[in-house]
Amino acid sequence: MSEPAQRIEVVSDQDVVRVRQLVRTLAVAVKLSLVDQTKLVTAASELARNTLVYGGGGTVEVGPADNGRRKGIRIVFSDQGPGIADLDLAFTDGYTSGGGLGLGLSGARRLVDEFDIVTAVGEGTTITVTKWCR
Amino acid sequence: MERVPILKIGDILLVSIQIDMEDQVALQLQEDLADRIVATGCHGVIIDISALDIVDSFVGRTLATIAAISKVLDADTVVVGMRPAVAITLVELGLSLPGIRTALNVELGMDLLARERAAADDDADEEPDGADDAETPAVPAP
Amino acid sequence: MTLSADEAARFAVVLEDHQEALVTAWTERVASTLRGRLSHTELLRQNTELRRGFQQALAGSAQDLSGEPAAELRAQLAELSSTRARQGFSATETAVSIFAFKDAVLATLDAQGTTDATTLRDYVALSSFVDEAALFTFDSYVRVREELIADQAEQLLELSTPVVKLWEGVVAVPLVGTLDSARAQVVMERLLQTLVDTGSPYAIIDITGVPAVDTQVAQHILKTVVAARLMGADCIISGIRPQIAQTIVALGIEFGDIATKSSLADALRYVLARTGKKGR
Repeated sequence: MSEPAQRIEVVSDQDVVRVRQLVRTLAVAVKLSLVDQTKLVTAASELARNTLVYGGGGTVEVGPADNGRRKGIRIVFSDQGPGIADLDLAFTDGYTSGGGLGLGLSGARRLVDEFDIVTAVGEGTTITVTKWCR
Repeated sequence: MERVPILKIGDILLVSIQIDMEDQVALQLQEDLADRIVATGCHGVIIDISALDIVDSFVGRTLATIAAISKVLDADTVVVGMRPAVAITLVELGLSLPGIRTALNVELGMDLLARERAAADDDADEEPDGADDAETPAVPAP
Repeated sequence: MTLSADEAARFAVVLEDHQEALVTAWTERVASTLRGRLSHTELLRQNTELRRGFQQALAGSAQDLSGEPAAELRAQLAELSSTRARQGFSATETAVSIFAFKDAVLATLDAQGTTDATTLRDYVALSSFVDEAALFTFDSYVRVREELIADQAEQLLELSTPVVKLWEGVVAVPLVGTLDSARAQVVMERLLQTLVDTGSPYAIIDITGVPAVDTQVAQHILKTVVAARLMGADCIISGIRPQIAQTIVALGIEFGDIATKSSLADALRYVLARTGKKGR
């Protein structure tokens, strides 16, 4: 419970792969079901790539979560990039500003249990997601 | 950078993705495959993703692009071996991979390509419809 | 009331010096409450170990049960509760086994003949320590039982969701009973896995035995059909009862181009006709 979160600097494609692998390892350790592991790793991959592509790089912190009743995994993605001007638009399925499929943010939100985003134009974006064991 | 190997088996190119691909590796595969289709004149591509434990939107998009490029180069693409957890996740993510043919495993993928090819040839020959329907049994042996 | 270091130390000595008499008296008392459902030898072994646990905790001057010196004792108590819970003893029977320790200690003190005020105060302090231990067993017992119930619910889930091979390349899931979201999810995951394991490109989901579906369950079924398609397999839904058809339409659930058949037989005929056309 008091294990520290592990931190990865995301500055290249390789780091996105490292984020996926770290999330997978920790998800297995807290015994998320296979489907939930897959959902969480996929969400992490989407968001880490956002951090890299739109945020111009940043950090990802992965650590265990515990709300007293259930255990889970919490991941924090932060960057000092341009931020998101219109959140509603960014969460619209199919909307993209970077030539992707436009499923990154909205899709990732559907794959996790808790999704929190703090963003300001010119200051960066911090997204916190949590997945709980069933 | 690692590269995904492409094997030629008869008229088919087989790609078995065994590693957690960096985005660059996926894009490289897209290029390599287009080159190989032209170089070999193959008419079918099978991409085996049974070793992939996730498919995110980037990989999904790459697969769709590969299928589209292959189509232009007169080759059909079948993605085989998607794991159940991956499929469930893609549905939740909202990614339906339009334009991609899929099969459960390599063998069924090869069947599918053979059928597509036969159907395409039939169309080309403009044979009257129903000629082959009569010969095939209505019920396959259990 | 917590145990002072002195009191703990004094009792550690008592527990050590009179161990045999204590364990015998304790075992007799426990045996009478359990009425022969555990062998005397087994109880004697358990109590001998627990006595050692108590003694070591007190010798380590444990003031209450939560401290470090009592860690070993806690583990023993948890183990006891877990075994008793699985053997089918009640929570009271389990806790009383620990309470009986007090009687045994009292009997030992009586035999010593030292019944002054200090002894009395000591005894009350020890008594509250033992009470704590007994409550701890009670808690562990409840926890173990809850785990047992959860395990059984899971087993029941597995029992109630068979995926059967119907024909070469065709599997079926006959769903029976009320589908809640959790069960629907388990069934669907199992169905998809079976498609892979058997290499079957067709699956029939038969819901004849399902009395009702709500939006969530219908969504699960729909998502499964889409997931199966992504994997390269086709799903057919059969046995939709009139009420369910009405619910589906009333809820505005879009079944789209998913094949639906009124009976399992129709669904199988449909699949065989399709595989026949494809010349498989």
